[in-house]
Order: sequence, then structure tokens, then C-alpha cells
Amino acid sequence: MWLRWFVFVLGLVAALLLATALGTIALSPGQVWNALFNRGDAAAITIVQVLRLPRAVLAALIGAGLGISGAALQGTMRNPLAEPYLLGVSGGAAVGAVFAVSLGISLTLVPLAAFAGAIAAVLLAFFVAHAAGTRGDARILLMAGVVVGAFANSVIMLVLGSAPSNVVRDAVWWMMGSVAAATWTDNGWLFGYLLVGGGALLLWARQIDVLALGDDTAAALGLDPERTARKVYAAASLVAAATVAAAGLVGFVGLVVPHIVRGTGIRRHLPLFAGSALVGAALVVLADLAARTIRPPAELPLGAVTAIVGVPFFLARLRRLV
Amino acid sequence: MIRYEDVVVRYPRASRDALAGVGLDARRGMLTAVVGPNGSGKSTLVRALLGRVQLGKGRVLVNDHPITDRMVFARRVAVVTQREELAFPLSVEEYVALGRFPHLGGWRGAGSGDRAAVERAMERAGVEEFARDERQLQELSGGEWQRVRLARALAQEGEALVLDEPTTFLDVAHEMSVFELLHQLAGDGHAVLVVSHQLNLVARFADEIVLLSAGRVAAAGSPDDVMQAAVLERVYEWPLVVTRDPAVGAPALLPLRVRRRT
Repeated sequence: MWLRWFVFVLGLVAALLLATALGTIALSPGQVWNALFNRGDAAAITIVQVLRLPRAVLAALIGAGLGISGAALQGTMRNPLAEPYLLGVSGGAAVGAVFAVSLGISLTLVPLAAFAGAIAAVLLAFFVAHAAGTRGDARILLMAGVVVGAFANSVIMLVLGSAPSNVVRDAVWWMMGSVAAATWTDNGWLFGYLLVGGGALLLWARQIDVLALGDDTAAALGLDPERTARKVYAAASLVAAATVAAAGLVGFVGLVVPHIVRGTGIRRHLPLFAGSALVGAALVVLADLAARTIRPPAELPLGAVTAIVGVPFFLARLRRLV
Repeated sequence: MIRYEDVVVRYPRASRDALAGVGLDARRGMLTAVVGPNGSGKSTLVRALLGRVQLGKGRVLVNDHPITDRMVFARRVAVVTQREELAFPLSVEEYVALGRFPHLGGWRGAGSGDRAAVERAMERAGVEEFARDERQLQELSGGEWQRVRLARALAQEGEALVLDEPTTFLDVAHEMSVFELLHQLAGDGHAVLVVSHQLNLVARFADEIVLLSAGRVAAAGSPDDVMQAAVLERVYEWPLVVTRDPAVGAPALLPLRVRRRT
């Protein structure tokens, strides 16, 4: 069973290598290797160190965060369709981020504003779901998420209606998702946020195993189901919000990735989180590679690429569920 | 060991109390059964024990102490709730092993003692072959799933076991084997509290029966005390007779067809 971990790690390394080698100017693996250590052609060094590697690393961090966040939300809600994007968490984060940017708040605090927006969205989704039934009901929760997402969209439109053009450009960028503006500083910040949120989720992995059995059984095993669920939502929302602040709305990664990892026979949440981080990272790196190489020199929005893969997957899952 | 004292529960927006002052005592070495019609408050009793409903009045005691720490409670009392639906695949062994959660907490790894407890529990509930065949929970039949849930509760190795309708979906043989197991557990000194609709089954195995009606105790005592036609007819609002089980002489209930006049 170590084989799958070997494949996960190898897949991520291969994806990162491809993403640094391919593009308008294709580099050989040897050139990439040399450029990583400041050797060889100066142009190749710039391409690898300044243009492609920070971008690939950002994509990997986004994928890892969304994978873990999705896995945690699915387990806690006992809902195979739960995902930060579909639950409106990402939408709420985008509202927070757009507000922060339009108010001219410094960039390091944008993730916090996004987090506040994400938490507000989670609360709103739960309020809607609670009014209509329980959080265990996949369809009601999805409906609540869609409603909250639509609401977030309308709030963003309202903010944009009276915003200067540079804010509008930023906001549109956020709503489509992109890792094109990656810098090492931003990557460092994102990594920090992921470490806090993801670390908390890893620590609570076994509690999430128990919570996935249902509220009554979780209570019978000594857990306070509501309190545990709340802290998991908070951590998962922080992770999702940080990715939104760094790269905008990238949908369906949190949905697809945990299912792929479960498909390899992983069930407990600790390995599920680790696997979702690795597979999510590899997939988003590849998605971004596709986004910038399919129709050069134009770049497709990253969120559009992940949605094109994710929507059919979502429909297939939905069919199995209903 | 598990004692309810004058417990009152009312659900939000309900017009009457789900439990209107219920007292009962599930003692060690005894199989205590709670019976009663639909809506009489049987499941609310279990939910009150788990802290899933707010008590309006009264208290629930374990070993004469109020329940303050849920983890400590789960180490002493194992509860199998009425329904449980899994959202994600899990193997039988992984599931039963989660019964050790109250002992392990969030982070400590399972030791040899924990693994032995899981083995014992699976053997006792008769599900060890499912684990050997690496069966997945979603492949199990309703009866097998109930036994696996029982194994998870046994893995908690508490002093008391509480089960809400453990024989729903079970055929006659599985019903009997579950109650035989509960009877054995009580014989070993566990306090066993079982909520059930199966009056006749309960009458054969229980040491004490508590009959609930509209949130109150309508009768309590030995099966012979409780299984009185007059009492049961009033509570279930259906004509019936009480006969004797031919083998062991336990009281047995026979609901009657309503006679139509032509």
C-alpha cells in the first residue's frame, strides 16, 4: 500500500517538473535542473526561478489547500458533494477579498478579510440549511450553498458597480481564478495560512473519522458533534479562504480530489488529508499548465479549466447519489 | 448504574412533553427493557442520555454522578443509536476500531490492548469473519450491519450498554441471537438497557420492563408485572390477550383482529 503514496509523490514531482519545463519557451529537464541552481543560460534561470517555479508552487499550494479543505468538509458534513466552492465558502471569501481590496487594505491582510467572508458564508449556508432541514442532507446543503454563492456574486457586483476600474479588474481576476501573479512572498503567506488551518485539520483527523459516523454516534463516542463540526468548518474555511485570497475562485478541486484519493482505498481522514494535499497539488499544477499552454499566448482562467474537468465529475457523483 | 430521575424533555415547538417526569434505573447484571407505543418517548430517553436533548427538569446519573465529561461517559457506557447512515465507505474492522475512540482520544495510537479489545468485540458479536474477508460496511445486509454496530459498542468495553431498537430489520434468528448476547452481557455484570418494540422478545429476556406511555411510566417491574392485558390494552389502544410462551412460561402478547359485525 506504499505504492499509492509513491505514485502520489511522484505525480506531484512530475507535474512540477512539467510545469517548469513547458511553456512558450520549452526547456529540457537538464536546463530546468541547472537553472534551479543558478547555472547555465541567464534567460532559462529567469524563466524557471522568476516566472514558472513560483507559479507552479502557488498552484500546488492552492491544490493542496482545496483538497484538504474539501476532504474535511465532506467528512464533517457526511456529504460527498461538499466542497468549498459549491458551499459558497469560496464565494464568501471572494466578497471579503474584494471588499478588502476596494477599501485599499494591505495585501497581507486580504486573507483575513477573505476568511471573515468565508465564515460569514458558512454561517449563512448553515442558517439556510438548518431552516430547511439538516446538514446531513446533501441536496438541502447544496441548495443552501448555491443560494449563498449567488448572494456572494450579487454582493461582489454591487461593490463593483461603484468601484474604480483597477478594482474591477482585480475582482474579475478573483472570480475566474488565476495563479499568474505568483510571487515568493505571497506563496510564503499562503503556506503559513495553510500550515495553521491544515495542521489543525490533521490534528483533528480522528475526530472527523468519528464525526463522519453521524452526530448521534459521535456523541455516543464522547464527542460534542456540534462543537467539533464548528471548529472543523472554521479551519477548512480558513484554508479555503487563504487559497481564494491568493488565487481567486478555483472550483471543484475540493470535490474531485478527495474522491480520487478515496478511490485508492484510503478511508481514514489522516491519510485522506495527506493524499488529498498531494493529489490536489499535482492536479492544479497540471490544470494551470493546461491553462497557459492550450492556446498560447492567451491564458485561460484557471478556474475555468478546473470547472471543465470538475462539472462532469460533479454530475456523475450527483447521479450516483440521487 | 444508569438512573433517570424525574426527567422532563420537551422538544422546541412541541405541544406536549416528550418525557413528562420519567424515572428508571438500569442496574448492573440486569437486562432492563423500555417498551411503549410509537411516540411514547423511548428514543428521547436515549437522546437524553447522550445529551442530545435539553432536560427541562430532572437528571440522568451514571454511577450516581451527573454526566459532565462525555469522553468519560463513553468509556463507561456504550450506546447504539437507532439509526446510523454512513456517507463514505469504511471497512468493518476500521469501523469497530472507532469504538476505541473514547479511550484513545484524538491523537494517541492504538496499542495492543486496543487491538485485543477490537478482536474480542468482533468475536463476541460474531462479525470476525467479516473483518477477515475485509468486508466493507456498505456491502453488509441490515442484520449484519446491526451486529457490526453492536461490535463497535462492545469495543468500547464499558460497564453499561444501551441499545435503541437493536433488532429492527433482523429476522427471527438474528433477533434471538442479539437478545441472547444481551442476556449474556447482563449475566457478566453489565448494565444493559434496551429500547424495543418487540414486547414478546423483551418479555422472555428482560429482568425488568419499563412501559412508557405518552412520556410517562405506565408500568414497571418484572415481565409478569408489566405484561398485563388490561395495562397493555390501555397503553397500546388495541384489543389483545396475554398468553404464556409454551417453552419458558414467559408472558406473551397476542394482539387480536378487530371483529367486524356483518
